[in-house]
Amino acid sequence: MSQNQIKNMTLNFGPQHPAAHGVLRMVLEMDGEIIDRADPHIGLLHRGTEKLIENKTYQQATPYFDRLDYVAPQNQEHAFVLAAEKLLGIEVPERGQYIRVLYCEIGRILNHILNITSYAMDVGAMTPMLWGFEDRERLMEFCERVCGARMHMNYFRVGGVARDMPDGLAEDILEWIEQYPRMIDDIETLLTENRIFKQRTVDIAKVDKDTALDWGFTGPNLRASGVAWDLRKAQPYDAYDKMDFDIPVGKYGDCYDRYVVRMVEMRESLKIMRQAIEQMPDGPVITEDRKVAPPLRAEMKGSMEALIHHFKLMTEGMHVPAGETYTAVEAPKGEFAVYLVSDGTNKPYRCKIRAPGFAHLQAMDMMCEGHMLADAVAVIGSIDIVFGEIDR
Amino acid sequence: MDPALEELKEIVSIALGESVMDTSESRGELSIQVNRQDIEGVLTYLRDNVNCQFKQLVDICGVDYPERDERFEVVYNLLSLTHNRRIRVKVRTGGEAVPSVVGVFSTAGWFERECWDLFGVPFEGNPDLRRILTDYGFQGHPLRKDFPLTGFVEMRYDDEKKRVVYEPVKLTQEFRTFDFLSPWEGQPPVLPGDEKAEQNNEGEGA
Repeated sequence: MSQNQIKNMTLNFGPQHPAAHGVLRMVLEMDGEIIDRADPHIGLLHRGTEKLIENKTYQQATPYFDRLDYVAPQNQEHAFVLAAEKLLGIEVPERGQYIRVLYCEIGRILNHILNITSYAMDVGAMTPMLWGFEDRERLMEFCERVCGARMHMNYFRVGGVARDMPDGLAEDILEWIEQYPRMIDDIETLLTENRIFKQRTVDIAKVDKDTALDWGFTGPNLRASGVAWDLRKAQPYDAYDKMDFDIPVGKYGDCYDRYVVRMVEMRESLKIMRQAIEQMPDGPVITEDRKVAPPLRAEMKGSMEALIHHFKLMTEGMHVPAGETYTAVEAPKGEFAVYLVSDGTNKPYRCKIRAPGFAHLQAMDMMCEGHMLADAVAVIGSIDIVFGEIDR
Repeated sequence: MDPALEELKEIVSIALGESVMDTSESRGELSIQVNRQDIEGVLTYLRDNVNCQFKQLVDICGVDYPERDERFEVVYNLLSLTHNRRIRVKVRTGGEAVPSVVGVFSTAGWFERECWDLFGVPFEGNPDLRRILTDYGFQGHPLRKDFPLTGFVEMRYDDEKKRVVYEPVKLTQEFRTFDFLSPWEGQPPVLPGDEKAEQNNEGEGA
């Protein structure tokens, strides 16, 4: 009887793999078809965002946040403007807060549609992608109507939002909220009880509560492991404390639970959007503090002071008092935070971006160990990673 | 100050005794500065103590203050889900190794790698201290304040050699920084050139 020595094989997954969700390169150590060790190599999309922000004024920094998690740009901007507002100590007018909440939830649905459908495609279901993107396009139209850009909105400003919503937009969004649950139902009929989908996801990469906390999981991934934690409820910002919504919580913490949590979250987001539109008061959308927000165009035609303010704000920018803050928001992927250190000048001294995907991807090794190669694809899909934010 | 934070501050400063070098509170956020060597013990205490319960390490980040004796600050942001509270723990280092906290929080691994990569702060005990965000074979630590924004090398595909090549950065236009700081407000009232008259007050930091 001959004994063959079987050596482990090292396999390169990505960076040009359709299921790698961008530019993930993963070095997999394989024992047959079982993964022994997964070593994700990241940084292929590193653009030095943090360094660039240190060299830009506060207004110039927000567009960089769109380009982090480019699937739901507004949520990232939100973290930065909240951090700057905290250091400046300014209040955002109510209407501005509601518009922000509304658009953050649009961002959440944008993100979840992309994640769920592309995840389904990774494990073999093509139709959800084709269906989901129709509504994604509608949502991006709402973004376009309010700020002119489909994706990279640059709509949130320190002190509020760039401009008010145009007439008729709120009604159109309400109309969309009416019909969207049908699409969620349709996608659910394709996936939730689908035998193949369940075979690929149930019991794959189970993460229990303590492990999830230990590895820094946040957002839907943490909730899927059974921890009812949502920053929108626990540490509400803007108008979230006035919203009535539930937090979906998973039970087993496997890939399937992560999918279900996101699916339910979309319905909750619709609830928030409806409340935001219905409760939205009239009034200004951005603070009247002229050291922070530019004056109205019409005002500038007649007032010398307004003109000076505008000029100084557009060249020099605002001065943020010295100090530091760690401000987090519940982005669609988890806790997205900005650790902002200001030295009192017009540029941030340090702006560390805490991306949820960074911590999630790190856990790949822990989650993949002992699973089959094909499961790695399901795991990547289920933890919802986007390289814009991980590589920064 | 929020009474709950006040209480937490008391508890922490009593329990950790000499490890804690300084505590500060601003805008409702508590931040403690601890001795570099004790960081592992401090985080373990904060994680396990009933009154703290900071079960989650959400972020580790470096900050560079070149004018200080120990120029780097490593900032640990912790979150307690039970008490719905955050705390910031800071250590300072001048480039000496900081004990790794991978044993306390598994998630620290990559965050420490990132800090090493971008600031050059070594972490003693991290099992996998490789570069993470920058290119393979990258030289230098880009988030240091003395690292230029444009970097030193640029990369392109060389059609003749059929591979990518690295070359020193060539800028068609000099990189320009505009100093918009107005001397009238928001700034310490020092006009350009005036600082020479006040050289005694050095080290205050803006």
